[in-house]
Amino acid sequence: MMLHSILFYVFAAIMFGAALGVVLSRNPVHSVMLLVFTFFNAAILWLLAEAEFLAIVLVLVYVGAVMVLFLFVVMMLDVNIEAAKRGLTRYAPLGIGLALFMAIELINVIWLRTGVSSDGSGFAPTPEGYSNTKALGSVLYTEHVYAFEIAAVILLLAIIAAITLTMRRRPGLKVQNIGKQVAVRAKDRVRVVKMDAEKKQ
Amino acid sequence: MIGLQHYLTVAAMLFVLSLAGIIINRKNLILLLMCIELMLLAVNTNFIAFSRYLGDETGQVFVFFILTVAAAEAAIGLAILVVLFRNRRSIAVQELNTLKG
Amino acid sequence: MYSYYLTIVLAPLAAAIIAGLAGNKIGRAGAHWITIIGVGLSCALSLLVLKNMFWGGAAAENISVYTWAVTDGLRMEVGFLVDRLTALMMCVVTFVSLAVHIYTIGYMHDDPGYTRFFSYISLFTFSMLMLVMSNNFLQLFFGWEAVGLVSYLLIGFWFKRESAIFANLKAFLVNRVGDFGFILGIAAVVMLTGSLDYATVFGGAEAMAEQSIEVLPGNPWNAMTVTCILLFIGAMGKSAQAPLHVWLPDSMEGPTPISALIHAATMVTAGIFMVARMSPLFELSTTALAVVIVIGSITAFFMGLLGIVQNDIKRVVAYSTLSQLGYMTVALGASAYSAAIFHLMTHAFFKALLFLAAGSVIIAMHHEQDIRKMGGIRKYMPITYWTALIGSLALIGFPGSSGFFSKDLLIEAVRESHWHGQGAVYWIAYLSVLLGVFVTALYSFRMFFLVFHGDERMSEKEKSHLHETPAVVTVPLIMLAIPSAVIGWFTVGPVLFGDYFGDAIHVSSAHDVLGHMGEAWHGSLGLLTHAVMTPVFWLAAAGVFTAWFLYLKRPDIPATIQSKFSALYKLLDRKYYFDDLYIKGFAAGGRNFGKFLWQKGDELIIDGVIVNGTANTIARLAGVMRHIQTGYLYTYAFAMIIGLTTLLGWLIWLR
Repeated sequence: MMLHSILFYVFAAIMFGAALGVVLSRNPVHSVMLLVFTFFNAAILWLLAEAEFLAIVLVLVYVGAVMVLFLFVVMMLDVNIEAAKRGLTRYAPLGIGLALFMAIELINVIWLRTGVSSDGSGFAPTPEGYSNTKALGSVLYTEHVYAFEIAAVILLLAIIAAITLTMRRRPGLKVQNIGKQVAVRAKDRVRVVKMDAEKKQ
Repeated sequence: MIGLQHYLTVAAMLFVLSLAGIIINRKNLILLLMCIELMLLAVNTNFIAFSRYLGDETGQVFVFFILTVAAAEAAIGLAILVVLFRNRRSIAVQELNTLKG
Repeated sequence: MYSYYLTIVLAPLAAAIIAGLAGNKIGRAGAHWITIIGVGLSCALSLLVLKNMFWGGAAAENISVYTWAVTDGLRMEVGFLVDRLTALMMCVVTFVSLAVHIYTIGYMHDDPGYTRFFSYISLFTFSMLMLVMSNNFLQLFFGWEAVGLVSYLLIGFWFKRESAIFANLKAFLVNRVGDFGFILGIAAVVMLTGSLDYATVFGGAEAMAEQSIEVLPGNPWNAMTVTCILLFIGAMGKSAQAPLHVWLPDSMEGPTPISALIHAATMVTAGIFMVARMSPLFELSTTALAVVIVIGSITAFFMGLLGIVQNDIKRVVAYSTLSQLGYMTVALGASAYSAAIFHLMTHAFFKALLFLAAGSVIIAMHHEQDIRKMGGIRKYMPITYWTALIGSLALIGFPGSSGFFSKDLLIEAVRESHWHGQGAVYWIAYLSVLLGVFVTALYSFRMFFLVFHGDERMSEKEKSHLHETPAVVTVPLIMLAIPSAVIGWFTVGPVLFGDYFGDAIHVSSAHDVLGHMGEAWHGSLGLLTHAVMTPVFWLAAAGVFTAWFLYLKRPDIPATIQSKFSALYKLLDRKYYFDDLYIKGFAAGGRNFGKFLWQKGDELIIDGVIVNGTANTIARLAGVMRHIQTGYLYTYAFAMIIGLTTLLGWLIWLR
């Protein structure tokens, strides 16, 4: 149990540091890399909460696909770092002030107003032979099957939307039109001209 | 003993941080998107903590769907970003004021 | 008898519809034939009904024809109550209407609105029959309003004339005032008895008289008194009692047949009829009867005075109508309902006759109505002259004429109505009707002498055209002259003293002046021989003599009197300033109030402040708010975040 607590505190601290880096980093590429790191740490925290399936999904889907996409876009777009830097400090006091206010509110909710005492808030141990993946699957495909289908449609929509948005036809691009090539007839291309072999004298 | 309140606190810290990040990095659209991802992460952590605390998988199902939607959102958001950049050669937020009434 | 009643009512309606809608197809002759046949049929059947009542001893019939609606126990029906009162009214209405229909052929001969006119007067006959034959308050009100509508249409028949439009509007508006009281009265009846049916209401009258109403909080008034006065306000409007009389003289803008039919013989007597019909209610409220008698006597005397100074031939007759309606109202107030109805009947004949005679003169004079430009017409128009003489004699109550019996006995009834006490009410009523006799004789014969005797004051050109009017005009005159002259002789006994009306009119024993008089009744001849002994006769004779002296013997004197008493003359000439009060006071006040509401209330407050003001405020507010809409994404993000924190703060600390 002690180890459990230590692990929690360590990874929570690392995650917070990484997240701080995401927000404050001058370079967007660094930000993305730190964000990936934050997600890794979050996945570990989720593992500690025995949400194994989601932790793996977070790493596989989020880090493996979404963050790579972020990284790809950041690198593809030539963002002017100097321009992004400017104005950073002007709104910082407001941001920090608001954040502090929010923090006070959240602490108030979590620690002062909650009905759960800090001692009794521990997680009950899971029963023997409990499989998080199995439990999740058994509700996902039964109770939430419609939502699941809708999620699939949303993903399809996202695919279509992303492709539609980014696809473009550049004028003057030299590409083969295979349909046209196949449809060609000899008489369109070759003109047979009859002429004498030699000039008449 | 690590419990609900610890997870909630960590998530709250993450949330507040991303909140500050949105304001501080207001001029960079990519960073804004990343801060939103961080916020979602904080929320998801909350869900997982409550799910574990209450012993009910529904919270995790919720996280599952949030991840799905967030992925879709990120894909579309980035696509929009790419199109925007292609059209304006910039993703500077201060130039995007066509919504102005 | 059921089908008879339906035919009586519907024949004029059908004729009116055909003449009105298909007037162009059936032509002028078609229009007058079809309406005359319709009204003639009604008239014949009405006479049959009257005959059955009078000689056949038929009982009163109360028939429900059609139930229109039933709501919360309140039945709204169309039905007929045909008793002796109704039968008499039906005959008067249809007979005068028939005479007027025939007369109209001559009077309206050249008018482009010929078929329209016939349609209207047939429609009027229908409405009036619905009114008198009704067995419930709702149908009574329908008929009441329908005759008002037709009256409006007919006063403004020549709708291109400014004055006609003014007159019909005035008639309509003044009648609205009366009708307001009337409908409140009906509402009071429904409230107190929960029924519209006459029989039920009269049956519950005793219970009604014991209730009280607080019209003003803290002042309980007798329910019956309030109801009766409200109903009587309706009668004041319709029967042109002061101070709601102002519309009747102006209604003379309409064609003369209308003046005869509607504004002399039938419609204006609807109020009298209604009060007589409501006698079981009025009998229970002495206060209401006192109001009735005072209003009636004021009208009878003061409106008669106005007739003396009028120069328009029709207006003289109109003021005489007002005065005679006042007489009837006085009789109602004296509980001598039979006398009122009897006078109503005789008046219908002789006043219609006078109007038609005046119309005949007007035709001959090519629509000149000023009696100062007439004179000596006697020798040109003998039939008109003699019939007008009969009408005038009947009007002043010359012994033997119909007017003599009705008016003499009416005055006698008022004199006997001691149950009003010996106070002001009694003396106002009695002196008014008595002096009214002199005034009546004076103005009637002033007009008569100025028109038919004396110098011929018209132009030479007019004189050359003067001749007797055609038969369609003179036949109705004769038709009406006969009952004007003789009907009183036959009918006075049974109608007034012979218990003709039976249950139709209810008089409580304490008020039964006619029954009291009936003990001393020795037949028409007896009354006639005593005529010379009564003050009424001598007052009438004095009036005729004065008229003769002033307008034939010494025509210069009236001008002298006029200049000597110029203030009094002006008062009479301006009709006691009633018109000025209404037009400059109520009408102009109403218009100004309306204008104030329009400009200040509507345009300024509703349009300016509320409608446009809302839009302007929003536009101005939006002008400020749009600066918040920077269009920058982060502004919206900030707004969301600030909103979120605020909401959370509110949830935590303030809730």
